[in-house]
Amino acid sequence: MFDSIRSQFKRLAPAVDFCSLRLVRERQQQISVRQGVLQPFSTSHDSGAMITVIHRGGYGYAATSDLSDAGLASAVARAKTWAEQSAGRAVTDYSAIAMSDARGSYASPKSSNPPQLSQSQIIEILMRESNDAQIDERIVDTYASLWTVNTEQLYISTAGADVFQEISLVMPDFHASANDGADTQGRSLGGRGICLQGDMSIFLERGMVGCGKRLATEALELLAAPNCPTGKMDLLLMPSQMMLQIHESIGHPLELDRILGDERNYAGTSFVTLDMFGKYQYGSNLLNVSFDPTRPEQMASYGWDDDGTPAEKQYVIKDGILQCPLGGAISQARAGIAGVAAARSCSWNRPPLDRMSNLNVEAGSSSFAEMIKSVERGILMDTNISWSIDDSRNKFQFGSEYGRLIENGELTSVVKNPNYRGISATFWRSLKAVGDQSTFEVMGTPFCGKAEPSQVIRVGHASPACLFDQVEVFGGHE
Amino acid sequence: METTMDTMMQDYFFELADFVQANLQAGERFKCWFSGEQSDFVRFNKGLVRQPGYVEQTALSLNLINGLTHASSDFSLSKNSAVDQANVLQMLQDLRAQIAQLPPDPHFMMAEEVYSTAHIAASGELPLASQMLDDILALSKGVDFVGVLASGPIFRGFANSYGQRNWHQLESFILDWSIYQATDKAVKCAYSGTQWDKTALAAKFSDALSQVEILKRDAVSVPPGQYRAYLTPTALYEVIGMLNWDGVGEKALRTKQSSIRRMRDEGMQFNPMVQLIENTAQGLAPAFQEDGFVKPEQVSLIEAGKLVGSMISPRTAQEYGLQTNGADGGESMSAMEMATGNLALADVLKELGTGIYISNMWYLNFSDRSACKITGMTRFASFWVENGEIKAPLNVMRFDDSLFSLLGDKLLALTNEAEMLIDNDTYEQRGDHCARLPGALIKDFAFVL
Repeated sequence: MFDSIRSQFKRLAPAVDFCSLRLVRERQQQISVRQGVLQPFSTSHDSGAMITVIHRGGYGYAATSDLSDAGLASAVARAKTWAEQSAGRAVTDYSAIAMSDARGSYASPKSSNPPQLSQSQIIEILMRESNDAQIDERIVDTYASLWTVNTEQLYISTAGADVFQEISLVMPDFHASANDGADTQGRSLGGRGICLQGDMSIFLERGMVGCGKRLATEALELLAAPNCPTGKMDLLLMPSQMMLQIHESIGHPLELDRILGDERNYAGTSFVTLDMFGKYQYGSNLLNVSFDPTRPEQMASYGWDDDGTPAEKQYVIKDGILQCPLGGAISQARAGIAGVAAARSCSWNRPPLDRMSNLNVEAGSSSFAEMIKSVERGILMDTNISWSIDDSRNKFQFGSEYGRLIENGELTSVVKNPNYRGISATFWRSLKAVGDQSTFEVMGTPFCGKAEPSQVIRVGHASPACLFDQVEVFGGHE
Repeated sequence: METTMDTMMQDYFFELADFVQANLQAGERFKCWFSGEQSDFVRFNKGLVRQPGYVEQTALSLNLINGLTHASSDFSLSKNSAVDQANVLQMLQDLRAQIAQLPPDPHFMMAEEVYSTAHIAASGELPLASQMLDDILALSKGVDFVGVLASGPIFRGFANSYGQRNWHQLESFILDWSIYQATDKAVKCAYSGTQWDKTALAAKFSDALSQVEILKRDAVSVPPGQYRAYLTPTALYEVIGMLNWDGVGEKALRTKQSSIRRMRDEGMQFNPMVQLIENTAQGLAPAFQEDGFVKPEQVSLIEAGKLVGSMISPRTAQEYGLQTNGADGGESMSAMEMATGNLALADVLKELGTGIYISNMWYLNFSDRSACKITGMTRFASFWVENGEIKAPLNVMRFDDSLFSLLGDKLLALTNEAEMLIDNDTYEQRGDHCARLPGALIKDFAFVL
């Protein structure tokens, strides 16, 4: 398929300033068990191509699942027509932007002897965890699943680019719900955050095995727990909550297309402005945040972004100071500012735009015990359950599944419905301790929505546990 | 069928379904779902074109059934018969191999009563998207205009081995846009339909520009606290839309995860003014669901503030011994309709008196699902109102309040006119959901940040 597409592209590429073809072939499988019953078993095979044309300053794309010569020729013609229609009326002179001529290939990591699991063996493990969670009649729902994705993508262009990438994702998930009267509480496997590149060792070794009974026990524990207290106190966020905090209040506000205004009608704008880069104190001097699509096992690693820009690790915040935005080649040219390899699309049917890949808080030097010991009155929050932030990515309110009080330097009782709120522009400056490597976890999410037409994309977030000073915390409805 | 103008896609799907049927083996059944679109998308920023393009996509979801054992395969279609039929044969082979390893599904339910339908609406009546682009750019010159135009036909189809064939085809457009005054202050608008009328669009532009004038006043912030508030139908849709997140679904109610389960379990009620139905007959979505069950014209969910119904998928129906009402697997509403009240639109500001006029809301989530407590933000053009007069734009505010309160004793009035809202969802494919709601006057709305 990929060799024939190269030949077809050579034949069909028009005489324009620039033309590219991005072919995506993706196989996904979802196996899930709910309350001990195997759910409808489905596999998907999606394939198609996007043609992009830049000509006389204009830009146009056309996507098709018809990969015949006729189908691609039709897409080329439509993309060219849109480029012509937008010439002189576009937000920038697209023809003035140098497009990548990268060549190479990338593949997700695989262990030397990856475990081979049959469909029946996978179902058996999911069934076992589901059944093991039935420890009490108050366990009212369980959901165990494995979602695997294998994506092959070819990007070729008249600028000389030829990039082939093969990504394998493994995403186990588990959720247990417990109910008693008016209250229902749940615990999950990292809030759907176990999303990694690699092989089936992820399914076997990253928490699924044995999680059913543990998470059901914790859900019951929450049912019996008091509500999270209200007030200003120290807040220790575990990696499964940090990933959401990073995503919403660092990742999205740093997207260059938001700063340029592209997203204002839908996903929103940003409190960050172009003049802040290089000097704005985003967080305390303990805050170091990297854009890192090169970490092999992480969800959104790749060799090149979807415009062919080579991936490299770059700091977007260093020692608390804002360094550079999350913007790909086209946004960088529009804004006149350096960015990162962040032009990404969700599939063949949507055009690339500025996206996070892996956005990580770097590990610090505090042990978990040291952080707990330093807190006189505070709360630990684990696993995101609720997220809401304004369209400038500033005023936020987030919640976790599970909370534990920290009193006089010790972890004490469990509390339910832990929530906190703050303002991005000041919250990160209250970061007072960053966990060391022993607290560091690599996670991700398959669901980041943005853009018009809309796209859901996969992103990675890795973080240590982090301690924040005097945050507004509260619990559920009394 | 309302028109016979363009049945090419329908014919292609039905022929493919016949091909599936012809290649079944003894004891096998099938059902399949077809979805497709031919969409132009034009993205705008600052009154200029950001990304224009075209997406043509078609896909088939094929479910092979043997007894109560079944498996599905979803795959892209090329619309080249030879290629797609070869894929179908391969998928059938793969599905047979999968089924051989699967246990029977005790919750499987198939529509065995044949009910074929065809609905083709407004085919070929839209101008070229390039013409729409010209009209839009002529109006947006010099304006900080941002948004997206989506235009073209969408297709949905169903077929099964009992001979049922369903088709739904709609050619439509939606221009979803904002005009920005500064930073986060903007007027949000939408123009949608099946007939493009540039005069109507110009009128909407003109109206939006006049509203932008109000945004030029100095914005105010108010301290956290409880305020009287008016929610436009658009803002109320965001609030009521939370019931689509495991709220009115029967499975969520049964597993105690629905945010409104206490309405069923404890008899809690909304204000008697609240009436909510799923009004498929007045919606844009197909009248058949993904498993081929035909949807009733209306499903009553909340009457006089009481939960009287739920969205019941075939799977849930089979599990709990109920009758399905044609809900899709997610058991959410696709054509929600909330009854109007007595508040005249002309009296909204007067009745609001002093408080917050909320045009749009944003990024709602549950802060305590058991208490149906939700949080979210105001967005775009929201205003501080004093003595029935708009005083100033309001800087964005966060609220956190229970739906049992907001739609309970805090609900003062609903407007006597409802607005039809077309969902602008374009994740994976253009959506077909809509809603019809009034505006709502609320007391003591809790703002927290």
